[in-house]
Amino acid sequence: MIAKSEIYRDDLASKFGMWLFLFTEMLLFGGLFIVYSVYRYRNSGAFHLAAQELSVTIGTINTIILLTSSTTIAMSITAIRKQDKRMALLLIGITIILGLAFLVNKYFEWGEHIRQHIYPGSSVLSSRGQGDVLFYGLYFFMTGLHALHIIVGLIFIGFVTTFISINRINSDRYVLLENCGLYWHLVDMIWIFLFPLFYLIT
Amino acid sequence: MKSMEKTVNEKDHIIPYRKFLHILILLILLTLTSVALTRIYLGALTVALALIIAAVKSSFVLRIFMHLKFESRLFTVLVTFVVLLICAVITITLLDYLFRQ
Repeated sequence: MIAKSEIYRDDLASKFGMWLFLFTEMLLFGGLFIVYSVYRYRNSGAFHLAAQELSVTIGTINTIILLTSSTTIAMSITAIRKQDKRMALLLIGITIILGLAFLVNKYFEWGEHIRQHIYPGSSVLSSRGQGDVLFYGLYFFMTGLHALHIIVGLIFIGFVTTFISINRINSDRYVLLENCGLYWHLVDMIWIFLFPLFYLIT
Repeated sequence: MKSMEKTVNEKDHIIPYRKFLHILILLILLTLTSVALTRIYLGALTVALALIIAAVKSSFVLRIFMHLKFESRLFTVLVTFVVLLICAVITITLLDYLFRQ
């Protein structure tokens, strides 16, 4: 035990590293938002019509799902610090279920578009003109990249759950859970912007 | 021995569950507000309102969920810088498209 306790650990530095990674993610999506704004400006009519075809209901439900999952993972940090392992596992389990629910909704949403032959490269979409091609190209790319981040986040949370159950993450050592939370919150925050840009502003 | 393993810069602040639930309710209300507002046609204002609400929501996520409020000031400064950088690049790009002859 004595040898272990002498290992120097810097949680602030770990979090700093995570934040630096999150900055690169913010710049990645920031770049895509620039592309979106320019294309929207140049094809405002087509973007206006195409955006009306997206389901605001599914979008709103998914927003609430992600906001709730962000809350539960934030609360799991409180639980682990209060040494309540069962509560932490329960909260993180809810986060995973909500993340999966988001993906299931996305599957049905995309499935509906694809059933109507609206996907990048389809002849139906090409015949509708350049504005629609750009709108749906950006829609599929940006929400797809976001969904990919959800999948990565879920795998990350999966590892963290295992570490909590074998006590590698505990009330004294929980920076990995915090970093996992940071990643999940960032993914949530990106959705906070994707939702109005694609679903609300028509 | 335990105290030695604790990091030097850890701030002891456990955020109560209730605080997170309050923020969640606030975030959901803001979401529903932005949905309701965009259903009413307000022209160019709609875009501005939806983005302002999204920015307010993100600031809650950043400050409370991502602990910026309780963390070292350095993190807030860096996040602000990155956000301003993205805003600046978007503005400059749009200025070019709006005013190019």
